[in-house]
Amino acid sequence: MSVVEDTSKQETNFHTVNAVVVRFAGDSGDGMQLTGNNFTEATAIYGNDLATFPDFPAEIRAPAGATFGVSAFQIYFGADEVTTAGDDVDVLIAMNPAALITNLPDLVEGGMVIVDADAFTDKNLARAGYKENPLEDGSLDGYRLLKIEVTRQVLEAVKPYGLSHKFAVRCKNMWTLGLVMWLFERSRDATIAGLEAKFAKMPDIRDANIAALNAGHAYAETAELPSGVEIYRVPRAVVEPGLYRNTTGTEAMAFGLIAGGELANVPLVFASYPITPASSLLHALSAQKQFEVVTFQAEDEIAAACAAIGASFAGSLGVTSSSGPGISLKGEAIALAAATELPLIIVNTQRGGPSTGLPTKTEQSDYNQAVFGRHADTSLPVISASTSADCFEVAIEAVRIATKYRTPVIVLSDGYLANASEPWKVPEMKDFKSFPVEFETNPEGFEPANRDPQTLARVWARPGTPGLEHRIGGIEKSYETGDISYDPANHQKMTDTRKAKIDGIARDIPDQVIELGEQSGKLVVLGWGSTYGAIHQAVKRCLQEGLSVSHIHMRYMWPMPSNLGDLLSRFDQVLVPEMNTGQFINVVRGTYLIDAKPLNKVSGQPFKIREIVDAIKALLES
Amino acid sequence: MNAPVAKLTIKDFETDQEVRWCPGCGDYAILKTVQKLMPELDVPKENIVFVSGIGCSSRFPYYMETYGFHTIHGRAPAIATGVKLANPELDVWVITGDGDGLSIGGNHMIHVLRRNVDLQILLFNNEIYGLTKGQYSPTSQIGTRSPSTPDGSVDMPLKPCQFAIGAGARFVARSIDTEMKHLTEVLTRAHDHKGASFVEIYQNCPVYNDGIFEHVKDKKQAPDTRLVLTHGQPMLFGAERNKGIRFNPQTMQLEVVTIGEDGVTESDVLIHDEHNKVLAQMLSDLRAPEFPEPVGVIYCAPTHAYVTDVYSQRISVREKKGEANLDALLRSGQTWTVN
Repeated sequence: MSVVEDTSKQETNFHTVNAVVVRFAGDSGDGMQLTGNNFTEATAIYGNDLATFPDFPAEIRAPAGATFGVSAFQIYFGADEVTTAGDDVDVLIAMNPAALITNLPDLVEGGMVIVDADAFTDKNLARAGYKENPLEDGSLDGYRLLKIEVTRQVLEAVKPYGLSHKFAVRCKNMWTLGLVMWLFERSRDATIAGLEAKFAKMPDIRDANIAALNAGHAYAETAELPSGVEIYRVPRAVVEPGLYRNTTGTEAMAFGLIAGGELANVPLVFASYPITPASSLLHALSAQKQFEVVTFQAEDEIAAACAAIGASFAGSLGVTSSSGPGISLKGEAIALAAATELPLIIVNTQRGGPSTGLPTKTEQSDYNQAVFGRHADTSLPVISASTSADCFEVAIEAVRIATKYRTPVIVLSDGYLANASEPWKVPEMKDFKSFPVEFETNPEGFEPANRDPQTLARVWARPGTPGLEHRIGGIEKSYETGDISYDPANHQKMTDTRKAKIDGIARDIPDQVIELGEQSGKLVVLGWGSTYGAIHQAVKRCLQEGLSVSHIHMRYMWPMPSNLGDLLSRFDQVLVPEMNTGQFINVVRGTYLIDAKPLNKVSGQPFKIREIVDAIKALLES
Repeated sequence: MNAPVAKLTIKDFETDQEVRWCPGCGDYAILKTVQKLMPELDVPKENIVFVSGIGCSSRFPYYMETYGFHTIHGRAPAIATGVKLANPELDVWVITGDGDGLSIGGNHMIHVLRRNVDLQILLFNNEIYGLTKGQYSPTSQIGTRSPSTPDGSVDMPLKPCQFAIGAGARFVARSIDTEMKHLTEVLTRAHDHKGASFVEIYQNCPVYNDGIFEHVKDKKQAPDTRLVLTHGQPMLFGAERNKGIRFNPQTMQLEVVTIGEDGVTESDVLIHDEHNKVLAQMLSDLRAPEFPEPVGVIYCAPTHAYVTDVYSQRISVREKKGEANLDALLRSGQTWTVN
């Protein structure tokens, strides 16, 4: 219980704690994600810094009470900077035995566990694999158990609204939310407003849910709780002044793509095919038709990539998105975009693999695919997002590079970033520098092979422009005219030119910075992607202990910033944590000829802070 | 707008590229017909786009002095859909073949037809893979000997027009590579049609499948093996025009009858109705030698076109939601201020 400290000297009925991890767990149909999102909203409004980790099963409606159907939502909030969803759970809400048995191992000793006692029936206990009822056999003695007949309480609370038993029971999550909100002094206003909007046309359901929320809160408030259960007081975090909102990686990515399109002054055509966990980006953009975005749900991954390329040929910016297996299918088309030197953005929301793998879990195992996973010499830029909010800037940067260099750009996100939310200081568009696309209009001396001498970008001539009629294709083209050419020397030149164009992007990206710690020292942790939060906290803790450690976090995976080699050379050791078996590290070792050390995890779960702390210490002591 | 210019001619649609099809290839005749047709369509040249996949036919765009995109195998319908979504003003033609459009790209063909994207899709059917040197294709007749089927193919061929109707196409037609006049008429109709127009063109491959359509192309045999469809006209054929197609209600099938025999009169012969889908399905199944092979517009029933509807939906959303404002979007939902 390192983060929860009993400092109740000031006020007898309060525990003041610096940070808390709360996890809601229940059946996939229990509404845990919705509950978690409402609690997150209230927590953000309260003023804590926070990070969340929704963790749900691939099954949409697994059989009730099954362990594989448990859906969980974790939130870490506190008075200090929060960048991960937390290592250990302080307060666990378990809506049934399956949720308890699967989540209890993560609860800290002495942590609080709130259960719906009504759900601990013989059938549910057996289904979860309990031989004895854990609420009665003393196995939870090491925790603060809060055993409440939630179902009964809910049915009583919503009785006036005449709902069927099925709908009445569904209000359980709101009742529980009400109770947890009392526990942490959160305001119910935003949740109530949300329910009012969501169920505007179903007044019975609306009123029943609000009544359940209030009843849960009142239950806690009217001291029906056993002694020893008091309000947690988590001081507000000190953050930069400004207007804030919560954002998931998906939302930030969608906003960033729209913003990039506006900054480039080019309309977007977003073509995608449903795949977990990438589909939400298609949903998010499909709801924004007032912007210059056309969305297209294609018949398959290949068609999605191809439609995006067709759109780019026609003068829009084609964007496609998927997860690893879908990106495999798009491979041939991505190479066509590279060969024809058209802009294209490919967003990969990575998940556990190979094959169907772990569709709802997170991994960083598509680095090799992104950087190398195509036929032939098909170099293209790859950039990665490190936090949910970072997806916004990364998307803008992808648009800038794709449109300026007329190249496909792969954006790496992952299931964790896509679903996790964090507070985000809302940017103002006037603070961003625009990078308008210049389409060719002049027929004088026009050849489809013409390039910008600086960037080596091929000319972008939209169909519809008089006098610029031309043909492009996947066959090798003459460097001078763009006509088909099988000439050996020409192919060498074109291959070299395509490579030089991508390599040259390294001159157009910011120098790599050291995120945290000294500019040189004993050890640097070199990370990329969603491991940012865990690495950041781990390095911070080690610095507090006086260790010589720094943190570098990559955005530009390919080409890499020109000064990276120099930065790495200032440290005795380099540690590369990745949620794969070691992919980026091979490029680091190969490029900079350094003996970087890996830290790998492929459990489908993000790194815990202490796993990285342990690895840092082990390396420093070795 | 530009000042009115002299009417374009076939020369304006020829490129400086050397045409590289084999001598005698049916593609030459199709290219000529299309180049000649272009000036007649009154579409600004800069708005014309030819998109192709991979295969002999897919080299077509290189020879058209318009915008063109030679893409990857089977994907032309998907790429053309993207072109059209980005700019609905463009007049987009898809050039594909039996392998490109019906084998590797079969899925895209289904969906571009069902969505009814406003494109002209020209499928050059030579019942063989030419560019990969002669393997049998999904339209090859049973028993086709090829490098990959030295003892003859054993799988059932697919009938392109039937496939298209099954996929939900609203314009399905067939013509022949060397029949310039007929092909011109069919392509003009295809161009006029709003939505996906599917045109199967019988195309001779002189190298790997020579003479496969000779029975319908040969001037002597053609009157008996070709059923020229005209909307509202009886389905008569034969050198004497005394043979016809009749619907047999007992078998629920089409049959060949001879006027004057067994009491058959011209009034027994079916009148072609290109709006009738059931008739179109039956016609697209007819094959020599049992039947004459229909050419012309088999089916035409215009309906909503995908891209048009995408844009009208967008307009109505914009009317409802008001002007797009990114800063407002970023501030939508729950926000809070930290002082």
